[in-house]
Amino acid sequence: MGSHGIRDRVAIVGMGCTAFGERWDKGFDDLVIEAAQDTFASAGVTKHDVDAFWIGTAQGGMSGITLARPLQLQGKPVTRVENYCATGSEALRAAAYAVASGAYDVAMAVGAEKVKDSGYQGLNAAAPPNDGTARTLTAAAMFSMVAPAYAAKYGVDDEQMTDVLATIAAKNHYNGARNPRAQFRREVTKETICASPRVAGGLGVFDCAGVADGAAAAIVVRAEDAHRYTDRPLYIKALSFAAGSGSGLIDPGYDYTHFPECETTAADAYRQAGLTDPRRQLAMAEVHDCFTPTELVLMEDLGFCERGTAWKEVLAGTFALDGELPVNPDGGLKSFGHPVGASGLRMMFECWLQLRGEATPERQLRTDRTLALTHNLGGYPGEMVSFVSVVGTEPT
Amino acid sequence: MGVEAARLALRSAPGAAPGTVWFATANPAYLDKTNGTAVHRALRLPGEVPAYDFGGALRSGTGALAAALAGTGTVLVVAADRRDGMPTGGDEAAGGDAAAALVVADGAPGAPLLAEHLGGGSATDEFVDRWRAPGEQRAKLWEERFGETRYLALGAEAWARGLKDAGVGAEEIDRVAVTGMHGRAVKSLSGRLGVRDGALADDLADGVGQSGAAHPLLLLAALIEEEAAGQAAGTLGAGRVLALVHLADGADVVIVRTTAELARWRPDRPVAAQVAVGADLPYGTFLSWRGMLTLEPPRRPGPERVSATAAWRSEDWKFGFVGSKDRTSGAVHLPPSRVSMEGDAVDDMEPVSMADAVGTVVTFTVDRMAYSPSPPVVFAVVDFDGGGRFPLELTDVDAERLATGDRVEMTFRRLFTADGIHDYFWKGRPVRVGASGGTG
Repeated sequence: MGSHGIRDRVAIVGMGCTAFGERWDKGFDDLVIEAAQDTFASAGVTKHDVDAFWIGTAQGGMSGITLARPLQLQGKPVTRVENYCATGSEALRAAAYAVASGAYDVAMAVGAEKVKDSGYQGLNAAAPPNDGTARTLTAAAMFSMVAPAYAAKYGVDDEQMTDVLATIAAKNHYNGARNPRAQFRREVTKETICASPRVAGGLGVFDCAGVADGAAAAIVVRAEDAHRYTDRPLYIKALSFAAGSGSGLIDPGYDYTHFPECETTAADAYRQAGLTDPRRQLAMAEVHDCFTPTELVLMEDLGFCERGTAWKEVLAGTFALDGELPVNPDGGLKSFGHPVGASGLRMMFECWLQLRGEATPERQLRTDRTLALTHNLGGYPGEMVSFVSVVGTEPT
Repeated sequence: MGVEAARLALRSAPGAAPGTVWFATANPAYLDKTNGTAVHRALRLPGEVPAYDFGGALRSGTGALAAALAGTGTVLVVAADRRDGMPTGGDEAAGGDAAAALVVADGAPGAPLLAEHLGGGSATDEFVDRWRAPGEQRAKLWEERFGETRYLALGAEAWARGLKDAGVGAEEIDRVAVTGMHGRAVKSLSGRLGVRDGALADDLADGVGQSGAAHPLLLLAALIEEEAAGQAAGTLGAGRVLALVHLADGADVVIVRTTAELARWRPDRPVAAQVAVGADLPYGTFLSWRGMLTLEPPRRPGPERVSATAAWRSEDWKFGFVGSKDRTSGAVHLPPSRVSMEGDAVDDMEPVSMADAVGTVVTFTVDRMAYSPSPPVVFAVVDFDGGGRFPLELTDVDAERLATGDRVEMTFRRLFTADGIHDYFWKGRPVRVGASGGTG
C-alpha cells in the first residue's frame, strides 16, 4: 500500500488554453473546441491519434458526451470528471494515470466551464435535494474567516494584514497585466484594492477571484514516447490529490489558519517528486488564489516558508515575478477568473509556457530551475479537496 | 416563537410530560398541514403524543386553553401569532408578535400546580367587527362603536358567569388582565369589572403590542410570573385570585388561584425580563420582514425547496438539533454522523441533544451576497460547552458589536421559504444579558 506516484513515466507533449473572460460569443462547445484544437496542434496530432479523453467540468454537462459531441469523437472512451474547483486537475490526473497504466498510448485532458451563461454573480453550484440544514454561505464568506484567525494567531495587526492581502492581489494583477490570455489585464494599486467594497467579512471585491469562461487542455503520452511529439516535453514528477472529510467544519481543533488537505497533498507530491526544498528547487508555482488569504496560507501549507512567516515573505516580495519563488506568474485566479473545470489546466499551461520559455517576454522567468508546481483546491476551509502537481523539463 | 415559548414552558416544568400539544394561531405558516407538528418535533415529544392546530381565529388561543382546562391529562397549549397590518395603519402600530405556552395538568411531582383553575365563563355572538379574507395580510374593521357596544355587553355577561362559576366576587379578584383586538372595548370593559383599585394588570399593548391569538395566554403567563416573583420576594402570598378576560367574537373569562408552589418556581425568561431587553428594529427592516417591502435580492439563485423526504429522515437533527457523540472518542458530530471523524467507529454513536447547549464564537463573518430573508447573513463558528462545533447563522445579532468569545444559544427559526415549504432549522443567538430575569 502506498502512494507511489508516476514520476517521469508520463509526459505532457501538447497544451492549449483559451483566453479567459466574458466570452459572450462563445458557448461551452466553442471553448472546448478552441482549447482542443490548439492542443492537438501543439502536440502535432489529430483527434484520431488520441486513445482516451477526460473532460473536467463542474456544470458544463454530464457524461463523456459533453466532450465527444463537440469534438465528434467516434467510439472513444470519454469520461467526465468533477472534483469541485480542482476538476481540471482531476482530468489531467486521470489521463496521466491511464497512460502510466499502459492502457492507452495517448490521452487527453480537457477542462472547461461556461460560467457566464448563468446570469448570476459568482459561482453557483446547485445542491442536490436536501434537508435544508446545510450552510448556504458564499465561498468568500467561508474564506473570509481565515484572515482574522491568521492575524490573531501570528500577531499581525489589522493594518499589516490589509497591506499583506493587498500586496498579494496587486502582485497577481501585475502579472496578469502581462498575460494576453488573462481576463483582467490592468495593474491595480494597493490603494484601489483596499478601497474596494466589502463582499464578506473583511474581504473586498479585489480580495476575490472573479469568474470567467474558459477552457484548457493537455495531451499526455508515455515519457519514452515524448520526443516523438515535442523537443521540450514536461515530465510529470508528481500528482497528488486528497479529499477532506469535512471534519474541519465541526472539529473544535481546527483553527482556520491552515488547510490540512493542502499540507497533505504537498508532502505527498514532494515525496513522489523527490523534492526536499521546494522554495529553492521550484522555478515557479501556480496556486489556487481564490481569495487573497488563501494564497497567504498556501505559502505555508506548500512549504514555501515557515508557519507564521508568509505575511512577511509576501511583503518582502519573495513571491513576486522577480522574487525568489514567483507565485502565479500568469496572474492567477485573480487575473483569470475561475472557470471551475478549466483552472487546474490553465495553471499547468503556465508551467508549460514558462518552463519551455514561451511566456510573453515581460513575464518570462529567467531561471535555471526546471521544476514547476501547480496547486488547485476546491471547497472551503475545513472541507476541501486539494491537488498538487510537480512537473519538470528534465527526466531524472 | 411557538417552539421558543414551549421550550421555556417545559424547561420551567421539568416533570411535565405532555399527552397532547395544541397549537393556536390566527396566522398559520401552513394551511391543511398541521403547524403543531413542527413544534412537536422541535420539542422531541414522543410520537404517541398528538399535535393539533387551533387555527384561523383570534379566539383560538383562548379556546385551546379553555378546552385544556375543561379536559383531562397534561396538555401543552401553545399560542403564537404574528400580527400584520398595512404600513401606517392602526393594526401595524398596535400589533405585536408573540407566543406563549402553558402546561395544563393536574399537578404532579416535578410539575406542581402553580395556579389552580377556579372556573370561567363565556359569551358568544355572531357579528362582524374585524375580519380578514384568507391569504390577506390586512384585516378590515367595521366602524368602532358597534363592536364596542357588543363587546361591552358580551364581556359583562361572560364576567358574571365566570365569577359565579369560580365562586368569587369581583372584589376578591387580586389581578385581572383584559385584552382583545378592539382597544376601545377593552378599555371600557376594564373600568366596569368592579375589581379593586390596582387589580387591573398591564395588558402589554405598549410593551409587546397586541399579539392576537397569543396575547391572552401571554398575559396569563405574565400574571403568574409576577405572582411568582412576588412570592419569592416575600411581598405576595399564595391563594391570590387571577382573572383573564379576552374579547374576540364574544368574551371568555378564566379565573385561577395561585398556589404556594410559585415561591419555588423559577421561570426561565419571564415576559417582563424579555420586554426589558428588547432592541430597536429599523422600520425598513421590519417592513421587509413582513413582506411589505421587497428588498433587492442577491444576484444569485434563490434557495431550492427543502426535500420532504430528506427533511423527514433527518428530523431529529433538523427539528431537534440532535447530533451524535462517538461512544469511544466522545467526539460530537453536528450533524449526526454514522462514521466517526476520530478513530474508526461505525454506527457506535449516541444521540446528543444540542438545542439547550450554549457555545462560544470562535470566529465569524458577514456574508453580503448569500441569500437570507434578513440579509446580510451573520455567520459564526461556534464551539459548544461540553463538546461539538457547528458553523451557523446568527440571528437577533448586531454584527458591529459581535466579537469572538461571545456566548451563543440556539433558537428554532425559519431559514427561508421556497415553493411554500418553510425551511425550519436552528440559528444561533447571542445570549442576552438580563434575559433570564436574574431569578435563577
